[in-house]
Amino acid sequence: MNLEFTPEEIEFRKEVRAFIEENYPKELAGAGTREDLSREQFLAWHKVLGKKGWSVPAWPEKYGGTGWTSTQKYIWGEENARIDAIMPLPFGVSMVGPVIYTFGNEEQKAKHLPGIRSGDVWWCQGYSEPGAGSDLASVKTTAVRDGDHYVINGQKTWTTLAQHADWGFFLCRTDPNAKAQEGISFILVDMKTPGIEVRPIKLIDGTHEVNETWLTDVRVPVENLVGEENKGWTYAKFLLAHERSGIAGVARSKRGIERLRDIATKETVDGTPLIETPEFSRKISQLEIDLTALEFTELRTLASEAAGKGPGPESSILKVKGTEVQQRLTELTLEAVNHYGAPYAYGMEATGNGAGIGPDYADYAAETYFNMRKTSIYGGSNEIQRNIITKMILGL
Amino acid sequence: MDFNFTEEQGMLRDSLAKMIRDQYDFENRRKVVASADGWRKDMWMQFAELGLMMAPFSEEDGGLGGGPIDAMVVMEEFGKGLVVEPYVPSVVCGGGFIKRGTDAQKEEYLTGIMSGETIFAFAYAEPRGRYNLADLETTAKKDGEGFVINGHKAVVIGAPWATHLIVTARTSGGRRDANGVTVFVVEKTAPGVSTRDYPTVDGRRASEVYFENVAVGPEAVIGEVDNGLPLIELVSDEAIAALCAEACGAMKVAHEMTVEYSRQRKQFGTPIGKFQVLQHRMVDMFMEYEQSVSMTYMATLKLGDDEVTRKKAASAAKVRIGQGGRFVGQQSIQIHGGMGMTDELAVGHYFKRLTMIDSEFGNVDHHLKRYTDLSAADVPVAAE
Repeated sequence: MNLEFTPEEIEFRKEVRAFIEENYPKELAGAGTREDLSREQFLAWHKVLGKKGWSVPAWPEKYGGTGWTSTQKYIWGEENARIDAIMPLPFGVSMVGPVIYTFGNEEQKAKHLPGIRSGDVWWCQGYSEPGAGSDLASVKTTAVRDGDHYVINGQKTWTTLAQHADWGFFLCRTDPNAKAQEGISFILVDMKTPGIEVRPIKLIDGTHEVNETWLTDVRVPVENLVGEENKGWTYAKFLLAHERSGIAGVARSKRGIERLRDIATKETVDGTPLIETPEFSRKISQLEIDLTALEFTELRTLASEAAGKGPGPESSILKVKGTEVQQRLTELTLEAVNHYGAPYAYGMEATGNGAGIGPDYADYAAETYFNMRKTSIYGGSNEIQRNIITKMILGL
Repeated sequence: MDFNFTEEQGMLRDSLAKMIRDQYDFENRRKVVASADGWRKDMWMQFAELGLMMAPFSEEDGGLGGGPIDAMVVMEEFGKGLVVEPYVPSVVCGGGFIKRGTDAQKEEYLTGIMSGETIFAFAYAEPRGRYNLADLETTAKKDGEGFVINGHKAVVIGAPWATHLIVTARTSGGRRDANGVTVFVVEKTAPGVSTRDYPTVDGRRASEVYFENVAVGPEAVIGEVDNGLPLIELVSDEAIAALCAEACGAMKVAHEMTVEYSRQRKQFGTPIGKFQVLQHRMVDMFMEYEQSVSMTYMATLKLGDDEVTRKKAASAAKVRIGQGGRFVGQQSIQIHGGMGMTDELAVGHYFKRLTMIDSEFGNVDHHLKRYTDLSAADVPVAAE
């Protein structure tokens, strides 16, 4: 057991830092925590990484992965968080990509993996429905076989950033008579297919991040079925485990604490920097200690994954604790900026004012806090994660 | 980075676990704790024969070279078995000081520590010192070449069984000054040393130790006169890492017992483990345990780092383990219901041990403040 970086790993850190400094789009410096980005902004860094061959580090090498060790991936995450880089979105890279290369056929791999790697194709996730949230297996959207097509009807919701999407992966019921988990199929859908309508949902922070997606007689070729018909739930669960493993966000939260410390140094209480008050400084300490516990739990998990086990139910711990830290971080940041949490940055369009009022570091503090409440709800709510641990680890 | 145990560490763990399973079951422990001596010297000698005492010391010092990771492995198993024998006081603390002493001190004491014959206790706490290691009313006044020690040391764990004491005393400066603290090794039978021995709530034995004009020679000083605090802090951080490991072992067993109990116990016609409110509580206990393990590894692996990094790591771990241990302990009792309150069940004894670990070498509040003070002085530097 040791925590030392090898000379090769230190060299690796230098290499990736130099690459990031040279190639990360200057105009997007520090934009990784923003939610109101354009499609081009979201994809800019992904496309650079795609050309370099670094956009999908976790994939097997034969599909374009980098073959990095878990320590190298950890370093990569840290170096990107250092500049708050806008990382490749998870929908292609960590969700549908692994499903396609694990369960898809050769045609599907050849057709879809290159676009995910390069960042040219944007994916969205058609999982949740108005009546299927935590009880995801109760999806009602149907896919009915008609010759060599499926005809899909139903309504999906919380489709994140579907307004930009080229393709989507959908859970559809293909056997209405089977038990809940057993009649579901995993189908890839070109979002330009007639019959798809994407309607925005505005969230409490003012952003348009998620959508309702309506599907009316959408005809999808049967070759877009991944794996076997009615076995989609297996792939869905596999995907969720992959989604959870990156969800801890340790490197990003570390950077967030640095930012919080900086704010608390500039803010004053009775002439004393906020960070020197026992009340606030100990809140930061507690958060940092909790983050350290999360970080070492993630490192242990990565080490056991590297030893051959895929992401298992342990990733549920990372999801729960990671999101708790992220939420607490935004909560303390809002506390730190006090009055200047109030000006509404995303409200600028309506009133012409908001961002730029008060200190720069106060911009988006409240909006980000509001937005981050989603984290304990999405990706399987934190209560669902506890159900998973109950079943898979405690065996109850 | 590497989180694997070596083959030797795996073997050490397995053979120790087997020994505790075979000879240290809960009923056995109950009898020993209630006996006049409160421990088993023969068990202690068997631990020594297994190599536990030698394990963490360097090969140069006659040990097996396992370092703090071996001590962690040992203490995790001790925690699982609620072992009362004084590994932390004698091997981690006593050995921790002596191995940094003079060649003559090593010569005199190390072999005995490793064979189990020499047993140390660490007399650092005082009635009014709380957790401040420099807040000392015990004095050691220069007298010719040597010193004369006077004072009262509080709750010295394992002292009734000890042959020797490590004593912290003020040799100069004001009551809480960082400078002016010196570490001494004192034979427990030295003239002027008296003890009042008693059992502790978690099944161990401790003493109030009184020093009345105890004369020691210059060879009793460990490290530098007046500048003993850095060494005391270092050894205390090593003790913290070992106690964290013990807490992890205790949390693991308390949690497993609770999950098992929830499978057996039926109310409203169903095992209580089917109730989601209890399932989620037990998941939270599990997550506290897992995070405690992570923090224990972290603190143990950083014991050799620079001073600030080491101290922050030890404090961070002690905070997390204090909080996790309290949660796991309390909820283990809660989910066991009335049975958890009985002396008959082991789970209450795990709860008691976890409770006491928080107060050894500084509780949650103490270490949260220490961590915060260190952070204020420590401008983070990005990894190079």
